[in-house]
Amino acid sequence: MGIWTESHPRALPTPIATQVASNAFPPTNPGRSYNPRLLHKATRAGYSALPLVCSQGPSAVPRGCCRKPHGVYGAAHVHQPSAYTHHGGHHRPGRRRRRRMPTSGSREVGWLATPPSRLARLPLAAAALGGWNAGARARALLLGIAAGRSMSALRQRLGREPDDKESESENKLDGETASDSESKSEFGGSAPVPTSDDTPEVLNRALSNLSLRWKNWWVRGILTLAMIAFFFIIIYLGPMVLMMIVMCVQIKCFHEIITIGYNVYHSYDLPWFRTLSWYFLLCVNYFFYGETVTDYFFTLVQREEPLRILSKYHRFISFALYLTGFCMFVLSLVKKHYRLQFYMFGWTHVTLLIVVTQSHLIIHNLFEGMIWFIVPISCVICNDIMAYMFGFFFGRTPLIKLSPKKTWEGFIGGFFATVLFGLLLSYVMSGYRCFTCPVEYNNDTNSFTVDCDPSELFQLQEYNIPLVLQSVMGWKTVRMYPFQIHSIALSTFASLIGPFGGFFASGFKRAFKIKDFANTIPGHGGIMDRFDCQYLMATFVNVYIASFIRGPNPSRLIQQFLTLRPDQQLHIFNTLKAHLVDKGMLANSEDV
Amino acid sequence: MLHILGVRSGGQCPAPGVLVIVLKWNEEDVDDRFGDLDLRNDSDIPEVPPSTDSTPEILKRALSGVSARWKNWWIRGILTLLMILLFFLIIYLGSFMLMLLVLSIQVKCFHEIITIGYRVYHSYDLPWFRTLSWYFLLCVNYFFYGETVADYFATFVQRREQLQFLIRYHRFISFALYLTGFCMFVLSLVKRQYRLQFYMFAWTHVTLLITVTQSHLVIQNLFEGMIWFLVPISSVICNDITAYIFGFFFGRTPLIKLSPKKTWEGFIGGFFSTVVFGFIFSYLLAQHEYFVCPVEYNGETNRFVTECEPSELFQIRKYSVPPLLKTVLRWETVNMYPFQMHSIALSTFASLIGPFGGFFASGFKRAFKIKDFADTIPGHGGIMDRFDCQYLMATFVHVYITSFIRGPNPSKLLKQLLVLQPEQQLNVYKTLKSHLVEKGILQPSTKG
Repeated sequence: MGIWTESHPRALPTPIATQVASNAFPPTNPGRSYNPRLLHKATRAGYSALPLVCSQGPSAVPRGCCRKPHGVYGAAHVHQPSAYTHHGGHHRPGRRRRRRMPTSGSREVGWLATPPSRLARLPLAAAALGGWNAGARARALLLGIAAGRSMSALRQRLGREPDDKESESENKLDGETASDSESKSEFGGSAPVPTSDDTPEVLNRALSNLSLRWKNWWVRGILTLAMIAFFFIIIYLGPMVLMMIVMCVQIKCFHEIITIGYNVYHSYDLPWFRTLSWYFLLCVNYFFYGETVTDYFFTLVQREEPLRILSKYHRFISFALYLTGFCMFVLSLVKKHYRLQFYMFGWTHVTLLIVVTQSHLIIHNLFEGMIWFIVPISCVICNDIMAYMFGFFFGRTPLIKLSPKKTWEGFIGGFFATVLFGLLLSYVMSGYRCFTCPVEYNNDTNSFTVDCDPSELFQLQEYNIPLVLQSVMGWKTVRMYPFQIHSIALSTFASLIGPFGGFFASGFKRAFKIKDFANTIPGHGGIMDRFDCQYLMATFVNVYIASFIRGPNPSRLIQQFLTLRPDQQLHIFNTLKAHLVDKGMLANSEDV
Repeated sequence: MLHILGVRSGGQCPAPGVLVIVLKWNEEDVDDRFGDLDLRNDSDIPEVPPSTDSTPEILKRALSGVSARWKNWWIRGILTLLMILLFFLIIYLGSFMLMLLVLSIQVKCFHEIITIGYRVYHSYDLPWFRTLSWYFLLCVNYFFYGETVADYFATFVQRREQLQFLIRYHRFISFALYLTGFCMFVLSLVKRQYRLQFYMFAWTHVTLLITVTQSHLVIQNLFEGMIWFLVPISSVICNDITAYIFGFFFGRTPLIKLSPKKTWEGFIGGFFSTVVFGFIFSYLLAQHEYFVCPVEYNGETNRFVTECEPSELFQIRKYSVPPLLKTVLRWETVNMYPFQMHSIALSTFASLIGPFGGFFASGFKRAFKIKDFADTIPGHGGIMDRFDCQYLMATFVHVYITSFIRGPNPSKLLKQLLVLQPEQQLNVYKTLKSHLVEKGILQPSTKG
């Protein structure tokens, strides 16, 4: 934002400034630069001057600076409705169109003196060039290099046009939420658009002589490699650190989604709400992690008296914690904000449902053996990368409207590449005990042990090759791990259904008019952008293990058994015995 | 003060009572309305509240000579009695009918909440959406009821091949079903309505979270023994009624802004009468095996049986009265069931925390400017209006049972043991045996 403002003042002619200021001040997109004059007018009209302060600042302070305007818009928004409420409830599409036009349509004309129809076509070309997302990033990058040149500003405007067009048509056509979405898209909805370019300076300089498309490619590629390397280091550090990472990722994702919620609903001023959503996160995490601890750290829990009490009443305590939050929520309801608060409550809970349960399942999978954690995750990552590459090089036919960047070529290429990759990776990993054995907590050494006799899944077996392939390959049998067969199922899921998580996420981003969930990883967007496809995967792996690999965990069952009353224990014991005798596994009178 | 906010001629609307919408404003609402400058609330001021009067004709005629306040009182009273009677009838018919009742209530609640969502967002024309939300309901119910069946009908399931297959892959099947719905949702996204569709998606899921999981827990409690189902539910009902009565007669100080009808007097009066009621009611129920014993499915007779040796909880014990009460009551000891002690916890929860469910619901109704969730029971509103306080209760009872009464469910545990692989079973068997011998529960001599 700081960068752009330098380039804009000249580009924006006065008439529009007046128009905008007199109409609905907070401009359609805070990511856009504001003409100081316009801002001045607005300030006189009663709005805060903060954005002006902001835009005058040097380009070095985009982050802290960009935060503030939200608050300002939030405040402005509080006043704004009074203008709306006069017609409250009687909004009809016609009215809306009239009001909407001047803010975006006429300003367009003023700025560029180009017919909107041509404007609309240009971004299409941009989209064809680098894809929707890539285009956006390219724009940001370009701005980073050529700050000050009005050409860049122009291009930037052009690139942004389709969103406005879209939002406009959306507002026009979906009548009922219009005043809803309109107001939101004007300041809140687009507020979270992270436009400050936080690509590291080193990268920026090294890549400065590359074309845009390739530069984006490189930034993304390098960051991807960095992330993968990081991932390897963490795997090397062991399951405990992995769990910590899962937890951090979970918290970050929660934070990103919740922040979007805040921005969309301008709910910074809701009493207690920020506290409450984090409190709910804490409760739910306490519940799930507590369950994990009781399940897998059984010996540790039995040893320590306080832990034992905590685990005995674990559910009760978690429920009490949750109830406290719930009652706090009910008590914090304020007359003016009922609906907003319920929205945020729903938002928090859906986020919790998605984020926390999934990360809980991921940790469960981790305990089954690191391979159940690493193979699925790498499959999804591999699929992302391969689909991107295939799409980049061969992409022609768009796959789905939701994310125009995705192509059929990428989808199919990604599928095959992922299956191959999964087969290879699981072949490599099956050889190591540290990956195949369930993670167990060792009481004596107070550390995690991954040592066992590899189960059947991880012992080489001869497989007959199907007849069709026999003639092609010339082999009759092939030696491989049974796990590799399962890996095909995993990678198929990762590449066919996994992307739906991504579509869902991009639909979500579209719905709230944001480009990325956040701005955490340069070239990639938020953490959530990288993990959108992982989310279905965790559940799938968990269900898959439970259904096809083995039933419940025997040691867990024994633990549960030990907490029963003696008579119940005896009853179960006798039934089990009768069952075993029945099956002929246990000789009737024989001492086993 | 009567206002007609908007009349929708909705050809698409399902229920005729919904079409013409008249909003009665009480005084609170007026000031609520004018104090409300929030943009969003105005945007879709619901043409929602259904207050078409569906009181039966007979009642209306019989009560025509009574003043409005009393009339409402009577209608409400008669309907309450009717509902309680129906409830007793269903209890008499047995646990299976109760389960069906819970299921139908759940479906109805889901319907009511979802309908509000449709109306708030006018999303009748969203592609597929109505289908999808019902499909999600189906999936989630399939999942939960399947789990119940697998847990409690183990013997029944063991007998049938196909069912065994379904149970073995139950989670996988449910997940696949859900995934189908999820993918359908993603594919049904239409450009102009992204946000609306996501709202409805979230709406559906929060509703599912509230209604389905709760009704699942209610059924789980039912299997613990009917008493764990009846006492909490009647405590909540009793609290509702007595709080209403106390509030009606003695109500002065308003309790919370959210529902101005509730008073401190009603709250406190309700609390004491609920504790007394729960105490007496559980004393009565604890005497009968029918209520006390866990509900079990008998594979041979194809019926539910509730016969057992009553557990310690339901055997009369002597308690020494606390010294403070001794002087008042002049009894040294008192004979009662241990369950009665637990009933105090239950009724305390029902009367102190339970109402928060009600506040939540009324806050929700306020947020969307509706008077009642629906129009199902005359004088009461929708089913959801009656069950708003029940929803926290089910979870509480479930958590209470698992924390304080017993650990994991033995029959569930057994079922899990039986699906293990043979070698694992053998291993478990050996471990259990050595454990039991160690504890002295099993004589080492009676091996095998």
